[in-house]
Amino acid sequence: MESEDAEDDEDKEDEAPRNKRAANRRKAGKKAKDTEDESEGDSDSKTDSEEEESMSEGELARLTEEVEEKKKLIANIRTKPWRMRRRLTVLKESQEFVDKFEGALGGKGKGRAWFAYKMMMKKKWIKFQKDFENFRTSCIPWDRKIKEVESHFGSSVASYFIFLRWMYGLNLVLFSLMFGLVVIPEVLMGLPYGSIPRKTVPRAEQPTAMDYSVLMDFNVRIGIFGYSLMVVIRTMAKNQDVGGGDDADNEFTFSWKMFTSWDYLIGNPETADNKYASVTTSFKESIVDEQENQKDENIHLRRFLRVLANFMITCILGGSGYLIFFAVSRSQEFANRDDIGWYEKNEVEIIMSLLGLVCPPLFETIAELEEYHPRIALKWQLGRIFALFLGNLYTFLFALFDEVNNKLEEEVHIKNNSVWFLKEYLANFSMYNNDSEATAPPINPADAIRGPCWETSVGLEFVKLTVSDIQVTYLTILIGDFLRAFIVRFLNYCWCWDLEAGFPSYGEFDISGNVLGLVFNQGMIWMGAFYAPGLVGINVLRLLSSMYYQCWAVMCCNVPHERVFKASKSNNFYMGLLLLILFLSLLPVVYTIMSLPPSFDCGPFSGKAKMFDVVMETIDLDLPAFIGTLFGYVANPGLIIPGVLLMVLAIYYLNSVGEAYKNATLELKKKMQMARDEEKNRRNNKKSTNQQQQDLEDLLPKRSLAPPPPPENNTEKKEEKGGRGTRVKPGAAGGVNMQKDVSLASANPNARGPVTREPAPRGPGALPGNPQERGEKGRGRGAPRQ
Amino acid sequence: MGGSASQLPKEQLAEYQELTFLSKQEILLAHKRFNELTKDERNPPTRVPMDKILALPELKSNPFRKRICHVFSTSEVKDGSLTFEDFLDLLSAFSDSATLEIKSHYAFRIFDFDDDGTLDGGDLEKLVNCLTGDTDDTRLTQEEMRQLITNILEESDIDKDGTVNLSEFQHVISRSPDFVSSFKIVL
Repeated sequence: MESEDAEDDEDKEDEAPRNKRAANRRKAGKKAKDTEDESEGDSDSKTDSEEEESMSEGELARLTEEVEEKKKLIANIRTKPWRMRRRLTVLKESQEFVDKFEGALGGKGKGRAWFAYKMMMKKKWIKFQKDFENFRTSCIPWDRKIKEVESHFGSSVASYFIFLRWMYGLNLVLFSLMFGLVVIPEVLMGLPYGSIPRKTVPRAEQPTAMDYSVLMDFNVRIGIFGYSLMVVIRTMAKNQDVGGGDDADNEFTFSWKMFTSWDYLIGNPETADNKYASVTTSFKESIVDEQENQKDENIHLRRFLRVLANFMITCILGGSGYLIFFAVSRSQEFANRDDIGWYEKNEVEIIMSLLGLVCPPLFETIAELEEYHPRIALKWQLGRIFALFLGNLYTFLFALFDEVNNKLEEEVHIKNNSVWFLKEYLANFSMYNNDSEATAPPINPADAIRGPCWETSVGLEFVKLTVSDIQVTYLTILIGDFLRAFIVRFLNYCWCWDLEAGFPSYGEFDISGNVLGLVFNQGMIWMGAFYAPGLVGINVLRLLSSMYYQCWAVMCCNVPHERVFKASKSNNFYMGLLLLILFLSLLPVVYTIMSLPPSFDCGPFSGKAKMFDVVMETIDLDLPAFIGTLFGYVANPGLIIPGVLLMVLAIYYLNSVGEAYKNATLELKKKMQMARDEEKNRRNNKKSTNQQQQDLEDLLPKRSLAPPPPPENNTEKKEEKGGRGTRVKPGAAGGVNMQKDVSLASANPNARGPVTREPAPRGPGALPGNPQERGEKGRGRGAPRQ
Repeated sequence: MGGSASQLPKEQLAEYQELTFLSKQEILLAHKRFNELTKDERNPPTRVPMDKILALPELKSNPFRKRICHVFSTSEVKDGSLTFEDFLDLLSAFSDSATLEIKSHYAFRIFDFDDDGTLDGGDLEKLVNCLTGDTDDTRLTQEEMRQLITNILEESDIDKDGTVNLSEFQHVISRSPDFVSSFKIVL
């Protein structure tokens, strides 16, 4: 960095060629720089304090603005579609400029040191952020693996693995939350203190004081849900930006097929061939579709078949629900017997997993009756699988709660028994000691009669469910994919027909089935995590092993899809599903917190009427009084109902704003088309096709109607034809005022010349994509300013 | 400028990080792979010829590989050769964190086969032929091709001048949910 003393001469020399070469100095900016240089030159002989005074206010402001602009440019330089050479030059210049003049702007004498310090800290912070980002990206596991899968199978299969990795991260955080905040303090505080006797050991007297660890426990469990909710919603919001709006799928089918169907991640020639074939097929199909439109043949038969199919599927759903209910009630009988084998113990879970395995293919075969378009059929299929899983899970829960109620009744008996037992014990003790003053030593908790702990049994059931689910999944992969590939590969030599091309052949990776499985598994974890905290840990292990196992299975036994079918917006769809499952699994848990009494003899919440009382008691006893009254007011229905109403109104409002934008888009499109038609007509000297326009023009005198330069307001996602308009003689575009209201999403760089000549001959001012460029040659904003 | 050096100097690395969307590891990996392309030569040139670039596994199966090389090349003779900086430009535009504008800008230039700044019927036809592969039985018939191009122009040509310019292209692309995730190349 040059010292300010020696700089002015050098600067002036450097300035001239640099200004000629530099791409993005505004005229105003340049002027500021010139005046600045002059004043710098003047100030050379003056002292520091006089230097500041020699800069006038206007120059100072302009200089500040220029510095800010340069800083913004530096931050955004990578988003400019220029060549690297040019970016480097511009970056260097901008950095020099900023460095040089930032000090000069540093404020009056005393503040200068502080300003310099601030700048340095800022730079350090930015560097730290960058390093942290680098570190974070390098920490992401399994990048190589996923890249391999991507290059073989394309991005849709890889998206499953990316989803899996994301879930793994989520579960890891939940697990560490749970572990760090609940389990470790427990272990640390140790059994001798036994934070609450009931936690480690059953039964003792009533708790006298509120223990914070219980509250913490409760909060952590609730916090798990809260955190999951936040993360899922945030990811959805991020995906929403990328995905763009969600109006009609059919808006740009052909263009999208053309421009976006190739998957650039494919690195494998075989996959590429498949892709070619599928692209061709999809082109041909859509051409045919377009021509065919409505084929109305025999709509009644089709309707009947569809009703029949739906009826059969509902029967299957009902049947599976009943089966589960039956199995759960059978398991209660089993629980009373003692000679049960492994199968009987896990019967319910096995049945549930098998149902989840067998029914979806059944749905698919039945769905062939319906003859929907493949994308719609896929949606129906996913919806049905969803209903199946949900139905199964909720039936399971209801059956479980039946059991819980039974246990609660049992508990009442045991409670009475225990009280009676205690009385007896004390009576015996005093009888033997003849000393009514001495207090009996407390009963060793292990001796006391324990009641059934319904929370434990519920937790246990969930654990068993998860474990059997894992087993079934792995077995299916092993048998369905690996064994199948094995047989096809080796038996092909001695079989009558070609196994590889014909019937079994190699399997394709079932993306939606796997993703749904993952999502539902997560739902079960969320439900069970409240009762069995270790479940999250089990899930972490499961996801980890799943990653390796499925990566191996996919590379070894699957072939790329023949028909590559992007259920578009699929990423957000799966996130949406996850969100729904989160809510649905929250419901039973909240219900139990609010209404079922915790079991008397175990768990951290015992002794209270409801688990939620933990929070209520804290509020009442431990926190200052006004918070209690505050909560009382907030929980008042009189406040809640208006709150809900407000939210409904907000949703309605946002909806109508969205619709208004859509209408505005259509209007603008129409205007553009009209403008183009007008120009065409003008060129051909025909009468205007727009009657209103013609009337207006008849009234106005014929003068050159140069349109005023449009303002810079940015209406979102509208592009402008300004680039085209400049090629027309001034006045031709004048009659239409649309250019006033509209500004570009990105300037059309090609109004003047072919694109590849961009680096060298493009002089200053002809920049693509620079939104700040006020068209010096009248480009980009459509205002011919010759 | 670092293309043939065996080590990338630190300030250059920092500069490249500023100027591209790539992270430090990605730049280093790119440097390594780029040097591997010319490792057999005694005097490796700064500019790598196109056929060596096309031998990269990531580009080998891509139907647009030649266009990609031409678009990102800064050579005066238009032979599609790339320096290391061109290579970085390429990777940056195709990276995960590149913005939609950058990607659509470069996609437009890649699809513009005749380099005239717009996608006209000829460009679109060549585009379709690239996508459907080289064998005869996968090509579309003339009739289908005509129909396809008409449909595409109907959808995306807003000002009805028979060509798709950059703004129209970007408008179409910005609505597509698949574009960003499929327009990616990772080393």
